[in-house]
Amino acid sequence: MAYEVDGQEIATDEEGYITNLGEWTPELGAVIAKAEEVDMTDEHWAVVNFLRDYYEEYQIAPAVRVLIKSIKKSMGPEVGNNKYMYELFPYGPAKQACKIAGLPKPTGCV
Amino acid sequence: MTDGVKKFLYVNRKAPYGTIYALESLEVVLIGAAFDLDVSLAFLDDGVFQLVKSQDTKEIGVKNFSPTFRALGDYEVTKLYVEKESLAERGLTAEDLQEITYEDEDDDYAEKPSLIFVSRAEMADVMGDQDVVLSF
Repeated sequence: MAYEVDGQEIATDEEGYITNLGEWTPELGAVIAKAEEVDMTDEHWAVVNFLRDYYEEYQIAPAVRVLIKSIKKSMGPEVGNNKYMYELFPYGPAKQACKIAGLPKPTGCV
Repeated sequence: MTDGVKKFLYVNRKAPYGTIYALESLEVVLIGAAFDLDVSLAFLDDGVFQLVKSQDTKEIGVKNFSPTFRALGDYEVTKLYVEKESLAERGLTAEDLQEITYEDEDDDYAEKPSLIFVSRAEMADVMGDQDVVLSF
């Protein structure tokens, strides 16, 4: 499986996570989101950007519990709750949002 | 501590790179943090090198995972015991280690240090106090 951005092929693993994290661009994020059938809104991007910042700082993708707690703190309880986050990313906020953000699958995610 | 919550201690004795022990230990801690356990980490022998600040792994071609220790607070892992004798034997002091803190939810999210420096004798007490000790 691979994504295509501007004629460039981006390699992924068998689950669709890109293999070279350095290849990510917002354009690629949009392409992955489309493949995931997620309609990206500002809130989707805020979560994706949060994940990228978290990874940059700590070198891990946070577990979903940690993600929701942190989003609640930074963006308020209207966004940072289980129900809303699953509405944004139906296949799991950590799993699906990480894929769109070009990060590895969160540790402990099966 | 609530009764019935098991106390888990992960003991880290090896240098961060060269073997997979240190990284595996940290991954197990992160995965285990999803369960309702009272988790602590211990760093002794060469394990204290895992916490040294400003690690640079470029030349050895592996990922520098030391920043991940600073995420442990988010996983409610807030007790990292460091053995003073192990530091001294390696010419290290507390200033050589990276700062690791957590936000105390019960105290208006005040930032508190996660590193607890203990003597060898105190470390023995910490170990004796656990339900489960896992050594890496």
